[in-house]
Amino acid sequence: MSATAPEITIRTQGVSRSFGGVLAINKVDMAILQGEIFGLVGPDGAGKTTIMRMLAGILAPDSGVISVDGVDVVRDAEVAKRHVSYMPQRFGLYEDLTVKENLFFYGELFSVSRKDRLARSKELLAAAGLQPFQSRLAGQLSGGMKQKLGLVCALIHTPRILLLDEPTTGVDPVSRRDFWAILYNLRESGVTIVLSTAYMDEAERCSRLALLHAGEIRHCDTPERLKQAMPGALLAITSQDPRALRALIADRPGVLGVLLMGDRVHVRVDDPSRRIPELTTLLAAQGVADAVITPAEPGIEDVFVALVGAQTPL
Amino acid sequence: MLERLSVMWMKEFLELKRDRWAMFRLVVPLIIQMLVFGYAATFTVHHVATAVLDLDQSQQSRGLISQILATHRFTLVDIAKTQRQVTHDINDDSATIAIVIHAGFARDLANGQQGQVQAIINGTNSNTALIALGYLEQIVAQYSAQHIGAVIRTSTVYAAPPQGIQLRTQPWFNPGLNDRWFFIPGVIGTLTLMQVVSLTAFAIVREREIGTLEQIMVSPIRPVEFILGKTLPFFLIGLGDITFISILGILWFHIPFLGSPLLMLFGASLFLLATLGMGLLLSTFSRTQQQAFALNFFFVNPFFILSGFAFPIAAMPKALQWFTLINPLRYFLVVIRAIFLKGVGLRALWPDLLALALLAVIMLTISVRRFHKSLD
Repeated sequence: MSATAPEITIRTQGVSRSFGGVLAINKVDMAILQGEIFGLVGPDGAGKTTIMRMLAGILAPDSGVISVDGVDVVRDAEVAKRHVSYMPQRFGLYEDLTVKENLFFYGELFSVSRKDRLARSKELLAAAGLQPFQSRLAGQLSGGMKQKLGLVCALIHTPRILLLDEPTTGVDPVSRRDFWAILYNLRESGVTIVLSTAYMDEAERCSRLALLHAGEIRHCDTPERLKQAMPGALLAITSQDPRALRALIADRPGVLGVLLMGDRVHVRVDDPSRRIPELTTLLAAQGVADAVITPAEPGIEDVFVALVGAQTPL
Repeated sequence: MLERLSVMWMKEFLELKRDRWAMFRLVVPLIIQMLVFGYAATFTVHHVATAVLDLDQSQQSRGLISQILATHRFTLVDIAKTQRQVTHDINDDSATIAIVIHAGFARDLANGQQGQVQAIINGTNSNTALIALGYLEQIVAQYSAQHIGAVIRTSTVYAAPPQGIQLRTQPWFNPGLNDRWFFIPGVIGTLTLMQVVSLTAFAIVREREIGTLEQIMVSPIRPVEFILGKTLPFFLIGLGDITFISILGILWFHIPFLGSPLLMLFGASLFLLATLGMGLLLSTFSRTQQQAFALNFFFVNPFFILSGFAFPIAAMPKALQWFTLINPLRYFLVVIRAIFLKGVGLRALWPDLLALALLAVIMLTISVRRFHKSLD
């Protein structure tokens, strides 16, 4: 390894875990680099939360090795916990305590000194836009504010590694933007972030993605390279009735996949220069006069479906 | 470790302070239940509704009846004229007991034969029936002795009248055989068990429910520290409960407290450790507070009934007697009653205290182990 190559912060090798005889995670290998925002993408039930909990050291794998910051999580969970912060889908806040008191509590749990805690709280609360609400009971915050407070609490001890399980589910767009601003800042300061998400726009913001399906990592790369790896090219067809459109073209030769995207369909074809005229002719013959076919940039959702061959994650 | 524990305690205290009704919920039900038990829980039977059917209408029959009604145990509700009326009184619950003296009662007595009195009692409440019959037997025996005495005194056969046997009773520790003296110390133990087990179980399950348990477990805090942080406040609340309702019992109900307050606190501490263990154990079997509630109901009632609080353990079937051996309340009731009423010390109580200590260790060990497992 050369001096400039980033260090591997989290490594899993052959990690498996089953619940009641059902295999939830099957031989997962990952190498997450220091300072990256690593996204676990997959539909509900793919195993995102299970992986997160194992990385956090609160769920032991049945087999395999997990090391975080050089510490064997399976053997020395307590040591690993000092460097890691884990934020579950719903961060556990004490609703009867104020914003400040929650921060105080989590700071003390991690033995943060008073001076550090005060400085850090100020900085984090400002970044999260929570400063005016310091004396408000956590139970009286909005959903988005609660989630931001959760993040602030999770960051109070300046962890080197941050594990976020679907952190922005149910969060309003403004809070989400604040949230991501904080994450980018953390990455600047060298914090490694692992986050799971079912939002594809959020996945695009990650430095690398692992596409997770049925407990296995199917592909793992940067969003750009995953898009390049997608076989075929993407066309967008708009129409008044996209469902009818999908039914019409799904079984045509050269059509690799059709994905419904609101008011249009994304069609993956093997050879656009040949298929665009074919489809145009077909649609005209079928009387779909309003259809407009244009080449399109694939999103992560298209890539996921194309590469994993599964149903749409959302 | 200590700073993590103290922040847990500080948080518990803050939550308790924020909860405006907490003090009310902790204290008022205790006082009310104490008063309810103190006044209502009694085996003594007074003013049993009594119907009388006197078919003899003699001096003797009237004498016996007036002697029965002269006590405050029986209150006359109906002077029946027919057997049918007696049946009616018992059926519609206007009378609990009916005393029937058949015609010929006085004649039989005069002829030196046995006089017959019939008592019909509503046995639905077997406890009341049994006790009322006991009183009645005493009165009839007294009347009978008076009658025989009178016969002997007027007889010329005996130079010196023969004497019967007299039983002189001397109840120790509770000379007036006051039920309240028996119940109140028991109530103290029982109420504490109920409150501490449920509070502990609910408090831990609540943290599981709102997700803070998982959050705390990813911090460097160890499960044992969490448990200590969570249970110590309830330990203190429990000690407060016991002290508070003991004082209430002593001052309000005038229950004597003869033993050592220190020994009482020691026994109470062991008992509380065992009950905290029970609460913790319940919490490991529950994901939600509803489940904890159902389990609590399922567990606490048998522990209460099989404790000797009201029903003597010696009278239970063998299998249930074995079960009482793992019931901390059983031992604590012995300890608390002995300290209150008998004033005995360590020398008499060490077996029960030892049992409490063992139970505390066992329950806490099992529950802490299970707690570790339940985190997965």
